[in-house]
Amino acid sequence: MRKNLNVIAAYSIMMGLIILVGIFQSWNIALSIFNLCLISAVMTMGANIQWGYAGLINFGIMGFTALGGLAAVLISVDPVQEAWSAGGFNILFSLFLIIAMVLAVRYILKNYKKSKNRTYIIAAIIILGIVIIRFISEPGIEAIEGVNPAKTGFLGGLGLPIIFSWVVGAFFAGGLAFVIGKVALGLRADYLAIATLLISEIVIAIIKHEDWLTRGVKNVIGLKRPAPYEVNLQQTDWFISLVEKFNLSKLNLITDLTERQATLNQLVIEGSSVFVKLCYSGLFLVVVIILLILTQKALYSPWGRMMRAIRDNEEAANAMGKNVVKQHLLIFVLGSAIVGIAGAMLVTQDGLFTPGSYRPLRYTFLIWVMVIIGGSGNNFGAILGGFVVWFLWIEAAPIGLYLVNLTTAGLDDTHFLKVHLIESVPYFRFLMMGVGLLVIMRYRPKGILPEKIEIK
Amino acid sequence: MDFVNAIILLLNYIFVPALAYGSQLALGAIFVTLVYGILRFANFATGDMMSFGTMFVILFTFYFQSVGISFGVLPTALLAIPFGIIFMIGYMLIIDKLVFKYYRINKSPPVQLAMVSIGVMFVTQAVVRIIIGPSDRRFFDGEKFLIKAGEFKEMTGLNEGLAIKSTQVITIIVTLILVSTLFWFLNKTKTGKSMRAYSDNEDLALLSGIDPKKIVMITWVIAGILATIGGALYGLDKSFKPFTYFNNMLPIFAAAIVGGIGNPFGAFLGGYVIAFSEILLTYAYRKFFMYVLPESMEPDGLIQLLSTDYKFAVSFSILVIVLLYRPSGIFKGKVL
Repeated sequence: MRKNLNVIAAYSIMMGLIILVGIFQSWNIALSIFNLCLISAVMTMGANIQWGYAGLINFGIMGFTALGGLAAVLISVDPVQEAWSAGGFNILFSLFLIIAMVLAVRYILKNYKKSKNRTYIIAAIIILGIVIIRFISEPGIEAIEGVNPAKTGFLGGLGLPIIFSWVVGAFFAGGLAFVIGKVALGLRADYLAIATLLISEIVIAIIKHEDWLTRGVKNVIGLKRPAPYEVNLQQTDWFISLVEKFNLSKLNLITDLTERQATLNQLVIEGSSVFVKLCYSGLFLVVVIILLILTQKALYSPWGRMMRAIRDNEEAANAMGKNVVKQHLLIFVLGSAIVGIAGAMLVTQDGLFTPGSYRPLRYTFLIWVMVIIGGSGNNFGAILGGFVVWFLWIEAAPIGLYLVNLTTAGLDDTHFLKVHLIESVPYFRFLMMGVGLLVIMRYRPKGILPEKIEIK
Repeated sequence: MDFVNAIILLLNYIFVPALAYGSQLALGAIFVTLVYGILRFANFATGDMMSFGTMFVILFTFYFQSVGISFGVLPTALLAIPFGIIFMIGYMLIIDKLVFKYYRINKSPPVQLAMVSIGVMFVTQAVVRIIIGPSDRRFFDGEKFLIKAGEFKEMTGLNEGLAIKSTQVITIIVTLILVSTLFWFLNKTKTGKSMRAYSDNEDLALLSGIDPKKIVMITWVIAGILATIGGALYGLDKSFKPFTYFNNMLPIFAAAIVGGIGNPFGAFLGGYVIAFSEILLTYAYRKFFMYVLPESMEPDGLIQLLSTDYKFAVSFSILVIVLLYRPSGIFKGKVL
C-alpha cells in the first residue's frame, strides 16, 4: 500500500481534475475527455510495451491507429451488393495475384542462393505482377467507385457488430507490424524511428486514396454503435423515469406542470448524451482494465524479465541464448496490435472514419509525449501519461485564454497584441506539450511514475 | 519536330520542377545530415526550424515592402534572407544552450536527443503559429516568369511551351552557390576539416585539440543558414504554411538517408533522387508517347505509373528499399 501511494495520489488528482471539469464546464465535456483519455491510455500502453519493455522506437503509431479504424469500417458497414457484383471479382482476383506474387518471391528467396540473377528475377516478378494487377484491378475499381459515388462507391464491410472490429483491428495492426518488423527491426534506434514514421505515412496515403476500399477522403459516416442512440433513449420510458428520479429534488421545486415538463425534457436530452458517453466509458474501461492486467502479468513474468534483459543489454541477452530478433518482432507485433485496438475504439466512439484526420502530430508524437511524461516501462505511468496529456491537450485553450487575459489585463481590449494573442490561444497547447516534454525529460527523465522493478 | 516537342514536354513538366524541388529538399537534407553527423541525433524539429527561419524572412519582407524597399525584378525576400538567418541562428544557439547542450555533455544516447528534438518541434511549432498564424502566406514579388510558355512557343514555333518560373531559377542558382561554398568550407578550410574530423571520430578529434564548443556552434550557424535559405526558397516557389513545412520533414529525412546520413554530398544528391523519382513515377506520359510513337501506336490510357496521390509514398518506398538493400545509403554514410 505504502509504496503505491504515489500511484494512488497521481490517479486521484487526475480524477479530481476531470470531476472539476464536470462541475465547472459540463459533464458532457468531462466524459468526452475521459473517454478519449481511456483511448489514449490504450495507445500509450501499446507504445509503452514496445519502448518501455523492449526499447523499440515505433513512430508509426498513426498508421496502426488508422488500420484499427479501417477494421471498424470493414467490419461494421453493410456490404454493398451492387459494388461486389460490379467489381468484386476483379478485386478478389487481384488479391489472389498479390498472394501468389508474395509466395513466388518467398519461394525464390528460400530455394535459391543469393546472386545478382536472383535479385533481377525477383524485381522482374514484382514489376510484372504490379503491371498485371493494375490491368485487372483498374476496371474493377472504376466500376466499384462508380456505384452510387455520393453514398457508397466502395465495397462496404461485413455488416457485423462494430465491437468485433476491436479484435480485427488488433489483427490488422499486428499483421502490418509483422511485415514492418521483418523489414525494419534490424535498424538502429533512430533509423527505426524514421522508417516507421515514413511507413505509417505510406499506410495513410493508401487508406486516403484507395477509395474502393475505404471511401478515401469522402469519409465513412454513420457507423453502427455498440451503445444506444440519444434519440431513441429520449423516447424510452425507463430512461425518462430514471432521469426524473435523479433530478427529483430539482423538479419538485417547480410547481407549474408545463414548466416542469419542459425542464424534464431538457434534462432528458442532456442526460441521454451523458448516458451514451457513460456506456462508452464502461466499454473502454473494460478494455483498459483487461489490457492492464495482461501487461502487468507480462511485466513480472519470466518473459518480461527477459525483455528487460534484452532492452538493457542486447549482446548479453543474446549470449545467454535468448533470440533477440524473434522477441523484438514479437513485442513489436503485440504493441502495435494494442494500438490497433485503440484505433478501432476511436472510430467506434466517433461513429465516423475520416482518413484525412490522421496526422503524425496528433497520433504519433502526442502519444510519445504521453509515454515519456507518464513514465516509460511502467504501465500505470503510461496510462497516467495518456490521461494527463490528453487532459492538458483539451484544456490548454481555456488555460491559455485565462493566462493571456491575466498577462494582458492592463491593455485595452482592442489592443492589437491582445487580440492577436487571443486569436492564437489554440496553439498554446503545442507550447504546453513541448515545454512539458522538455521539462520532464530534463528533470525527471523517467517520467511522473518511473519504472519500478521489484523482485518478487 | 515531334521529338523536340517531346523533349520540351519532359523539360517543362519533369526536369525543371524536379530540379527546383530537389534543390529545396537538398538544402534541408544537408541540414539534417550535418546535425546528425556532428551533433549525433535525428532532428525531428527540422521542418519546423525551417518554418521558423522562413517566418522571419517573411516578416522582414513585409516590413521592406511597407517601407518601399524592393529588389527590382528579383523578389524582396532575397534581401530579407540575411536578417532571417541572423534571427534563426540566434534561436538555434539559444535552443542549443537551453536544451541540447545538457544531453550532449551527459553523453545521452541519440534516442534521447531525438525525443528532446520532438519537444523542440512542439515548441517551435507553437511559436511560429502564435507569431504568424497557421494560414497560407505568399510573399513572392517581382517578375514571375523568366520564360513564359506562350513566348517560348512563338519564339521557337513548337507546339509545346516551356515555362520557367524565376523562383525556380533563383532556387537552383542559390542552392548551387550555397552548396559549393559549403563543400569548399568543409573540404578546404581548417575549421571545416576539424568539423569532419569531429564527425568521424569524436575522441580522436578531441585528442588532437579540436574545440568541441566551437564545432557545435559553427554547426548550428551553418544549419541556421541552410534551414532559413531552404525554407525561404520553398516558400517563394510554393507558399508558406507551417503545416506543409512540418510535413516536408519526411521527404527531407528520406533524402538524407537515401544519400547516406552523415554524408553532406550524399544528402545533396539524395534530394534530387527523391524529387526526380517522385515526379517521374507520378507523371502521366500519355502526351510524351503521342509525340514519340507513330500515330497507329498511340496509347489510350494516361500511362501513369502511380497516381499523383502517392507522391509522398514514392519517396518513402525508395527509402525503405534503400534501407533494406544498402542501409548506409547510396553514397556510404555512417554505417548503421
